[in-house]
Amino acid sequence: MTMLAIFGALAMGAVFGFLLQRGNVTSCNVIENQFRLRDFTVLKVMGTAIVVGGIGVLLLVDTGNSKYYVKDANMLAVALGAALFGVGMVVYGYCPGTALGAIATGSVHALVGALGMVAGAILYALSFDWLKGHVLNVWALGKVRLPDLTGVPDAAWFIVLAIGAGLFFRWVETSQPKRA
Amino acid sequence: MTTITHDIARDVPRSARLDWSPYLVGAGIGILSWIAFGLFGDPLGVTTAYSRIASLFATPLIGVDAVAQNDYWKSMPLKWDYGVWFLVGIPFGAFVSAVLSGTWRLELVPEVWKDRFGPSVTKRFIAAFFGGAVIMYGARLAGGCTSGHGISGGLQLALSSWLFLGVMFTTGLVVSAIMFRKF
Repeated sequence: MTMLAIFGALAMGAVFGFLLQRGNVTSCNVIENQFRLRDFTVLKVMGTAIVVGGIGVLLLVDTGNSKYYVKDANMLAVALGAALFGVGMVVYGYCPGTALGAIATGSVHALVGALGMVAGAILYALSFDWLKGHVLNVWALGKVRLPDLTGVPDAAWFIVLAIGAGLFFRWVETSQPKRA
Repeated sequence: MTTITHDIARDVPRSARLDWSPYLVGAGIGILSWIAFGLFGDPLGVTTAYSRIASLFATPLIGVDAVAQNDYWKSMPLKWDYGVWFLVGIPFGAFVSAVLSGTWRLELVPEVWKDRFGPSVTKRFIAAFFGGAVIMYGARLAGGCTSGHGISGGLQLALSSWLFLGVMFTTGLVVSAIMFRKF
């Protein structure tokens, strides 16, 4: 990589980390309280990022300035992995990205959990051959997108997502008690 | 609770202590995604690069040969690519933000955890380590995390990513309800 590309990647990561910290999602308390339905910060950040990001990326792809990078729909592996991820996120109190941000804001327990993440990555690598034979190829549908699967065009998905998110956020803002 | 937060906030310069709206932050991450797709050709993600780096830690544990011959690390060798430098940037940006907003502080046991499981640092560290191991194993099995699947995959309307989002949130709600239930 050129120095410019390295600097660009570092800057992208730094802006991402800055935004995560400013949005309070590097706080374990905020993430735990999302799953306890007492604080909707995580859903607000993710929902807005998906709608705003998705509309822009759709335009970039439609104008030939980007392509899609869709992950394989290995349905069994994704479902099992996501379930484990949900368990880990509640017990740890972070996801992998917010954990790295939290370490830099002084959360020592986030650092301990990051060592656990290294252990998890090593265990995964060691069990990879078995998983490849028994789990990863079960219900493997390939790089499928919802518009292809349903015949409903991208734009319609985003109109529904944007309106749905807007209504949901309005409901959250008006019904959630204000907390310090 | 309100007054305590307010008193701490008063010591910090007014301009710096403003928390940004989660909608503003979400929109910022969305715009960052445009740049990631359009300019770098590499959607935002964290755990792929994390796996590459984990091979460094694996070497003293299982040996150079075992790492070199591992099929997973063959497909995902340690290389200093976009994803790894992006990963290095995250703590840097979070640190700058925490210092500027006056919110940098050592945290051994978070409040929510302390209220439920007590102040034991050992207990919290063991849970964090275990939770970290489970979350990364799950992320690799699913092929991504909250960033790669949740945001980057979600905004591409990928079937895999929306399955991930649905199962992850549902499981999290159930585990949280069990963990924080009142006795």
